[in-house]
Amino acid sequence: MTTGEQFSQAGELVCPAGTPAALRTAVDAGADSVYCGFRNATNARNFPGLNFTPEELEASVAYAHARGAKVLLALNTYPPAGHEALWRDAAEVAARVGVDACIVADMGVARHIATTHPDLRLHLSVQAAASSPEAIRYYCENFGVKRVVLPRILTIPEIRAIKQEIPCEIETFIFGNHGLMVEGRCSLTNWMTGESTNMDGVCSPAAKVTYEEDANGALRSCLGGFTIDSFAKGETAGYPTICKGRYTAPHRPEGYYAFEEPVSLNLSRLLPDLMAAGVHAFKIEGRQRSKSYVRKVVGAFREAVDTVRAGAEPDLADLIALTEGQKETQGAFQTKKWR
Amino acid sequence: MTDASPHPAPPRWPALPGGPLRAALQPVLSRVVNRIARRHPEMFARIAPYQQADFIVLAREMPFALHLRPDPDAPVFRAIPRDPLPPHDARIEGPFMLLLRLVDGEDDGDAAFFSRDLTISGNTEAVVSLRNALDDVDGSIAQDTANLFGPPGRMVLNALRRRAAA
Repeated sequence: MTTGEQFSQAGELVCPAGTPAALRTAVDAGADSVYCGFRNATNARNFPGLNFTPEELEASVAYAHARGAKVLLALNTYPPAGHEALWRDAAEVAARVGVDACIVADMGVARHIATTHPDLRLHLSVQAAASSPEAIRYYCENFGVKRVVLPRILTIPEIRAIKQEIPCEIETFIFGNHGLMVEGRCSLTNWMTGESTNMDGVCSPAAKVTYEEDANGALRSCLGGFTIDSFAKGETAGYPTICKGRYTAPHRPEGYYAFEEPVSLNLSRLLPDLMAAGVHAFKIEGRQRSKSYVRKVVGAFREAVDTVRAGAEPDLADLIALTEGQKETQGAFQTKKWR
Repeated sequence: MTDASPHPAPPRWPALPGGPLRAALQPVLSRVVNRIARRHPEMFARIAPYQQADFIVLAREMPFALHLRPDPDAPVFRAIPRDPLPPHDARIEGPFMLLLRLVDGEDDGDAAFFSRDLTISGNTEAVVSLRNALDDVDGSIAQDTANLFGPPGRMVLNALRRRAAA
């Protein structure tokens, strides 16, 4: 890769924006780039009241570019057969309004953009779950992918080894939701609600979520009529996602987290190691979160990254209050035995 | 639509007579919601499927509840008795200052939910839509509202913020 093909300085901070106001907040808080999506099934956070119209995206790109920040558009769901036009139209708008890259997962979407909008930079979404040099090289060679967002199942030594063998930049998540169901290609919601994370962009669609608090203050969260967790009075809660539900089984009648706990990833202490391993960009998860979350998390990581770049020890902000279940983990980045 | 059910208020402000207080607040609340609707028309697009939904907002310290219907043509924001609540689509409950900070984009709703400071019930999608619509509003709705009432309004808001910070 030549210097001219570099997208930005290593240590790029990639930040979430669910609304135009959140995008402006992220840019003002020091984001190098902001990722967002349209108000439809083309992105994996297709939540009610969230996301951008084409007009809002155009204005947001102008806002970001005027301040030296880039805008990445998430087109990271999989078009159902016969519905590809929605994704093609989204790519057309992306090219027209000047987004800096599209984050894609589906090979058909990647191919369409590579052939129809060859100047539009492609990043490979974590939704593609490409975790080996061979898989990543395939996307680079066939679709011109310039960056891969690595699944959160790799240790830092594994990331370092992969970096030696691929011709593109690496982006890793550093903070936020820690859902690992084959890294995004999760079908649990689909089984329970008939709606798909992968094709409709909805994980635990809000219309199917209910909360009930009983007289003792215990909170029951349900999805599609099924109870997926119950939190005692005062116990911290998590998202109503099946992968973080607590279930009973004959051998665990007390109830246990069968897949993953309500917990957030926080790799702030590993920033120097990740940079040394060749990670180019750090992604903060949370397009479904508020401006307040964006302001606090982006501001904290901006300071930490700049401190590490300057060769000093970062003074890390306490972000535990913003984490799911108010618990955090370094997940597989630290050890394969994180569970 | 959920059933109406009694939700007794914590007796934080027992000396305030609910009925006269609600009556006194009514014109204020009407001005507030009409001003927000006028100044932030873009937020209604985000809440489009739920513009006719009835939200009940319960600040735990208040002797009354608030009823919100975010209809851009005829917005409703009024104080109502807490017991019994009228039929509604969704209920949002939390400490007053938390609710104020959420409206102003100063706190994160998910974090407040994780910590159990905020509880919601009824139509979750309606609540999520309302939350996202409010979060896309630039600036402070609370400050905007305080400015509507001039120096006395700003004084009350500052006092509330000092109380919350104490």
